[in-house]
Amino acid sequence: MADTVVDPRPDRGGPAQPLVIAKSLKRHFTISKGLFGMKASAVRAVDDVSFTVEKGETLGIVGESGCGKSTTARILVGLTPIDSGDLIFDGEQLGGDLTLKDLWAGVQMVFQDSYASLNPRLTIEDTIAFGPRMRGTSTDDARALAHELLTRVGLAPERFAGRYPHELSGGQRQRVNIARSLAIRPRLVILDEAVSALDKSVEAQVLNLLTDLKAEFGLTYVFISHDLNVVRYISDRIMVMYLGEVVEIGPVEKIWQRRAHPYTAALFAAMPSMDPDDRTEVPPLAGDPPNPIDPPSGCRFHTRCAFAEPMCGTARPTAMPVAGDADHMAACHMLDPASGHSRAAARIAELAA
Amino acid sequence: MASIGTSIAASGPPKAVVRSKGYWSGVGARLRRDPVALVFGTFLFAIIGAAIFAPYLGLQDPYAGSMVSRLKPVGTPGHLLGTDELGRDMLARLIYGGRLTLLLGLLPVLFAFMIGTVLGVLAGFVGGLVNAVIMRTVDVFFAFPSVLLAIAISAALGAGIINSIVSLTLVFIPPITRVAESVTASVRNLEYVDAARISGASAFTVVRVHVLGNVVSPIFVYATSLTSVSMILAAGLSFLGLGVKPPEAEWGLMLNTLRSAIYINPLIAALPGVMIFITSLCLNLLSDSLRTAMNIKD
Amino acid sequence: MLIYFLQRLVSVIPVALGVSLICFMLVHIAPGDPLTAVMPVDATAEQQAEMRAAYGFDKPLPVQFVLWLGNALTGDLGTSIASGRPVADEVMRAVGNSLILAFFASAIGFPLGILFGFLAGTYKNGVVDKVITGIAIAGVSVPNYWLGMVLVVIFSVSLGWLPSMGAGPGGSTEWAWDWEHLRFIILPAITLAAVPMGIVTRTVRALVADIRSNDFVTALYAKGLMSRHVVAHVIRNAAPTALSVVGIQLGYLLGGSILIETVFNWPGTGFLLSNAIFQRDLPLLQGTILVLALFFVVTNLLVDLAQPLIDPRIRRT
Repeated sequence: MADTVVDPRPDRGGPAQPLVIAKSLKRHFTISKGLFGMKASAVRAVDDVSFTVEKGETLGIVGESGCGKSTTARILVGLTPIDSGDLIFDGEQLGGDLTLKDLWAGVQMVFQDSYASLNPRLTIEDTIAFGPRMRGTSTDDARALAHELLTRVGLAPERFAGRYPHELSGGQRQRVNIARSLAIRPRLVILDEAVSALDKSVEAQVLNLLTDLKAEFGLTYVFISHDLNVVRYISDRIMVMYLGEVVEIGPVEKIWQRRAHPYTAALFAAMPSMDPDDRTEVPPLAGDPPNPIDPPSGCRFHTRCAFAEPMCGTARPTAMPVAGDADHMAACHMLDPASGHSRAAARIAELAA
Repeated sequence: MASIGTSIAASGPPKAVVRSKGYWSGVGARLRRDPVALVFGTFLFAIIGAAIFAPYLGLQDPYAGSMVSRLKPVGTPGHLLGTDELGRDMLARLIYGGRLTLLLGLLPVLFAFMIGTVLGVLAGFVGGLVNAVIMRTVDVFFAFPSVLLAIAISAALGAGIINSIVSLTLVFIPPITRVAESVTASVRNLEYVDAARISGASAFTVVRVHVLGNVVSPIFVYATSLTSVSMILAAGLSFLGLGVKPPEAEWGLMLNTLRSAIYINPLIAALPGVMIFITSLCLNLLSDSLRTAMNIKD
Repeated sequence: MLIYFLQRLVSVIPVALGVSLICFMLVHIAPGDPLTAVMPVDATAEQQAEMRAAYGFDKPLPVQFVLWLGNALTGDLGTSIASGRPVADEVMRAVGNSLILAFFASAIGFPLGILFGFLAGTYKNGVVDKVITGIAIAGVSVPNYWLGMVLVVIFSVSLGWLPSMGAGPGGSTEWAWDWEHLRFIILPAITLAAVPMGIVTRTVRALVADIRSNDFVTALYAKGLMSRHVVAHVIRNAAPTALSVVGIQLGYLLGGSILIETVFNWPGTGFLLSNAIFQRDLPLLQGTILVLALFFVVTNLLVDLAQPLIDPRIRRT
């Protein structure tokens, strides 16, 4: 039985080897405009993004819509090709030793739209069994696996296996999507706004399910959401993106204590708080993010930043450790003593306190 | 870490599951509740059935004429629907005529449906240069009104059954390709296609299982809406002398050869057209019903 | 806006070229030699070669296409094999008559279709809707060459009110704006109008019903607007799509009239075409189809260019 069921891609580098290393990922979408399509311009959806995903952790990615978090997710799962940069999965480089097919044996994704991500013409069990069958599992075994997984995500197979997607609720459909993503036994699951469309009570149930499954199957998650509370609940580390760039990354509690980048601070300030003592002094974000077709020069946030100085519009900030902690990095001129920003010294001292 | 593979053995064989009704059985149930579909479906069924089984219906020879009994009126003993300009039995010729007219009308749509679906799905799924080549060619054919294109190709190829089918197929490939391309392009961007791709299936399997199943029904409904036009055009080609040649029984050709009889026996002369009209009406109404039953919006 | 116009204008060029190529190829997909129809059976090989060279059929295909296209651009569509007259002259004379027929058919079919569609869409599922839907589906289902015959039987043969064929008294082929000529166009125009009437009715009905089910129409009623004000909103929203359907049908009227012109012996392009088919006069066939197809392309272009004038949504892009 065991050899008919797809085995997960074995661990190669040991626990110290990050599961994913993303180096300078770039993805620009060209859109042609003008009379003969000559005036081509590019949406810089993801521009020079680097980060790692450690084995067994949950990395939360947050940011406003259009910041590149979904494109990053699609890059990680190989659905969107990169223009430049390196994607290394457990020590193997995509396009080198690692083919897309290999990547798909280790990485799966759960999409936001629970309905659009299920084929309306296939029954639930056929949808879940599709992946294993494509990988050589026999029809009967694949169906047994599908029933097993349905049970595991809380849907009784006797009742749900033969149903079509339109007969299920949003929460049930998302459980099916989770079961489908687990069916080929991946090591990394990308959850792209996977609970955002659900009711709050259903969302909580699905989040708990995800937490249980992670422990049970030894998974690693990349969890994308615009809901900071949810991200805080499920993530070990958080990555904040703005206009296709990473502005801050670090362990969740450290970022909660020290919001080093003004954008992170503004994003958190916009989050409604239940605690009247937890007042914010940070001005909330005004207006929409600038057009990613023609992003601002220098620090991309300078057009909306309360602390922006002329130098912010010319020089691009590099990621600096926050309070000397290399786990917590942020890209802001105020964290760089050599940047020339007038507030730099004060800000560094403030964060070190 | 729990292993799913090992726990299957413990859980035994899959339990019996309640299977929901599939999409097509739902469509069938809705069609059976539609009175228009029932009535005109029965009508069309009768016309097609009579055409297929014409030799077994005890009809007179549709080719045997008689110089003495030409253009006999409807109701003549022995000739229920009268006789044509060469004294041949109209009832037999009308029923036999359905064979060629329906064949010439329906086959091109069937062929165009198959070819157009392949081209459109290819263009919609692959995109890029393939899409550009296919769709720009389609645009050029679209620049011709369908009647004109059918007549132009038939006129160039010359009269004949095969040429008539070829030219009508060419006429209907572009519109079907266009519909197939746009439906495919919209399905391609749905997340279940992405999910199928990352499950490791080949592009061909993704198209076969996840794209085709969801695009074929709107394309099919669109194709059925073309059958009436196709049949009218097919009969029209014969009417112009570009399709079937005498002495074959074919509604368009019969209409043509009976034209001179409108001064003598107008009812007889109009009968082949009545057949075309009724059949085309049935095809259009059924296509509308099918569209409603399949819940397809434009 | 200007960019939109220019884009549309430029995009027509490849389509027009493709259309020309198809028309050119018509002669060459034909079985046999286009000259056999006019060549004497006992022509010597020399005579045949001479004829072939005279018509340019001895050169390679791409060269022939470029030459043919160059000639077509300067208004030279070749010589009719059957009549020996320039194809361009024959087509131009016929196009005028076809345009007049299309004009009258439009004047009957489009207003009627729009009115019917509007009524049916407004009173959807009522008795009016049922009757109109029935008329419309009959309109799109009827073989119009047969409808022409039926009208002739009723109005010419039985009642004797209207002439059954021709374009004017005494076999005249020149159109004039008087009752004597008008009598001749009534039956063919009605016949030709049937299909576009049905299609426009069905389109407008669906459009109007769809718009009326929109939230903004409910909101208009909720605001206390009179139904005639709401009608104005509905018309404004239905107009762009209705216009494009009418535009396409206009093109079809010209190209689709061939069978009807044959039934009524109307001396237009369709009649010309059926003569060309009958005599296997391929240059005439080719030239007529080219002119008709290009006319269709230009009609579609004009409709596209008119769209932004009535649809603010296009203006903004």
